[in-house]
Amino acid sequence: MSQTAIKVENLSKIYRLGEIGTGTISRDMERWFKTKILKQEDPFLKIGETNDRANRGESDIVYSLRDINFEINQGDAVGIIGRNGAGKSTLLKILSRVTTPTTGRINIKGRVASLLEVGTGFHPELTGRENIYLNGAILGMRKREIDRKLDEIIDFSGVERYIDTPVKRYSSGMYVRLAFAVAAHLESEILIVDEVLAVGDAEFQKKCLGKMGEVSKGEGRTVLFVSHNMGSILQLTNKSLILESGKNHHNLLSTVDAIKRYQLNAIRHDRKRDELKLYRRKNVDFNIEIRQLSINGNSSEIIKLQSGDDVTIGLELFSQITRSSIEVLIIIFNSNGEIISTLNSNDQNFQKSIFPGNNSIQFTIENNNLSSGNYFGQIAITQDSVSLSYDFLIDVPLFEITSILTSSNWNDRPNGHLIFNKVNWK
Amino acid sequence: MVIEPQNSLFELHLKDVWRYRDLLWLLVKRDFVSFYKQTILGPLWFFIQPLFTTIIFTFIFGNLAGLSTDGLPQPLFYMAGITAWNYFADCLTKTSTVFKDNANIFGKVYFPRLIMPLSIVVSNLVRFSVQMILFFLMVGYYAFIRANFHMNLYVLLFPVLVLLMALLGLGLGLIITALTTKYRDLAFLITFGVQLMMYATTVIYPLSAAPADYKWIIELNPMTGIIEAFRFGFLGEGELTMNTLGYSVIVTIVSVIIGVVIFNKTEKTFVDTV
Repeated sequence: MSQTAIKVENLSKIYRLGEIGTGTISRDMERWFKTKILKQEDPFLKIGETNDRANRGESDIVYSLRDINFEINQGDAVGIIGRNGAGKSTLLKILSRVTTPTTGRINIKGRVASLLEVGTGFHPELTGRENIYLNGAILGMRKREIDRKLDEIIDFSGVERYIDTPVKRYSSGMYVRLAFAVAAHLESEILIVDEVLAVGDAEFQKKCLGKMGEVSKGEGRTVLFVSHNMGSILQLTNKSLILESGKNHHNLLSTVDAIKRYQLNAIRHDRKRDELKLYRRKNVDFNIEIRQLSINGNSSEIIKLQSGDDVTIGLELFSQITRSSIEVLIIIFNSNGEIISTLNSNDQNFQKSIFPGNNSIQFTIENNNLSSGNYFGQIAITQDSVSLSYDFLIDVPLFEITSILTSSNWNDRPNGHLIFNKVNWK
Repeated sequence: MVIEPQNSLFELHLKDVWRYRDLLWLLVKRDFVSFYKQTILGPLWFFIQPLFTTIIFTFIFGNLAGLSTDGLPQPLFYMAGITAWNYFADCLTKTSTVFKDNANIFGKVYFPRLIMPLSIVVSNLVRFSVQMILFFLMVGYYAFIRANFHMNLYVLLFPVLVLLMALLGLGLGLIITALTTKYRDLAFLITFGVQLMMYATTVIYPLSAAPADYKWIIELNPMTGIIEAFRFGFLGEGELTMNTLGYSVIVTIVSVIIGVVIFNKTEKTFVDTV
């Protein structure tokens, strides 16, 4: 039916971590010798690791992108979402030919205009008008094209009055307005936009979003858009690609589904709770270790509960020391990372003595008033709130709350409500 | 369009370069306009540097050191050398930092990278032409007072010489800038190296006055043949032979080819290494 605009096959990109400089000649030689003369596999590709910025790896070679595959149809507006360092920008850079992939192949139909940054190549000494020409040309416009659109660009930017003033005298907002105005008038089949709208006032942001929507819907152009703002992704795109540690586990999803899945998976989706060491902070002294964390008696599966249910959290601790009282701190937050609740055992003068060997602690949240979604926890075992923790787990998946409301339209919104209130209608 | 990891060594995207020719002119215009913005003398500054260098050279090398100028008027002799040398040296040094200077733009937007060094060569050409005007004024003056020099038909080689200087500077600059992305050390060598290279050409002394022992070093310098030809055409003194000029031509062609190829290879991954 519709044609493929971008087809990405087995795309990978590796980076070397740390300082590049000393010893590169010998490495270059080694690599050249092994691949070109011995026809071996590239030694650096073999030792590459998954892109995970939080965990320290063994090797200093990292896959920023690994085996990415997807296809985008003409006229689609596609959002790319993922955590910081998931490879979003690298993907855009490769698509806009700023850098090349290490392996893989991309087929692109049509001219690509990329906006990884607004105002690239603006020269502070030149006037706004001169910069429109320069920036336009850098983005790939011919002079004739700019001549034709000059009035429209100036009009869109809303800085007509200062158009013959050097841009170094501009406010940063005016600067961005002018720069985006140029970019928005590019005639290309494919438009790639990184998160560049963060600057500029609300009015202008709206105008830009409007223009981009117009571009994809009205003119049938393909748009790729990266943002951390789920609102604008939702507003602008119909499909989305989730990047996670440099991989895409799914093909394109509808944006609503993708955002839901992303927020669900936002925090270490693929790990169950039975391996608690995955969540452990490094600087703990380990005299008391959390061996097991159970929700309503279930220690490994992420169970589903309903709003209003009681939630019982149990901790199995293994201690090497004796303490007359310890403090248990649990912070519950939702998949957007918003803190929902902080529970501290000291608040209710709860005293728990710890002896060498196994100990257990249990508490119950009665009639939880959480709205639907996934919940995560930070759990610390300390003594009297001193900075040293005996044990400290972060981002542990706790449970999923499903809604009991029937008007699911509102409930399913990715940026929905935080709290469930049980009310009686009369 | 297909994006793949390692394209062939000689896939230079020259078609793309042509498509972006408007950008080339706009970059040249930018360089020219931004050079004299907020100055009082404006483009006059283009004159001042070669003029002062000529005066200094005339004083130090001509009067104090008493170096021979093959019987030519000293200012005219130095001016010819300086103008030609400056064009080459500017092309070389500016091109040699092209990746470093434009890392930001190159990291954000694609256009054929070759446009940048080409725009530098053309910008410098503008500067060079302005300086040639100064040189012509001087030639006119010395002709008027009937000084001892003879312009001859070889002056018609001038466009070829300019092209040679431009390409030689471009080629060497491209090689250096490609290497500096990985090995920064070269960047420090370049300013020093260019200065050293100037003393190993015939900018401040004629080839005939070079000591026989070191003459081969000077002749090895590809700029020597060009400057000698330049001087011979305009002033009638200098050693212009098929050998010296032919050697310069060959070195130029070789360095441009190597330069463009390794520049092209580097451009693809330099964003990750700079």
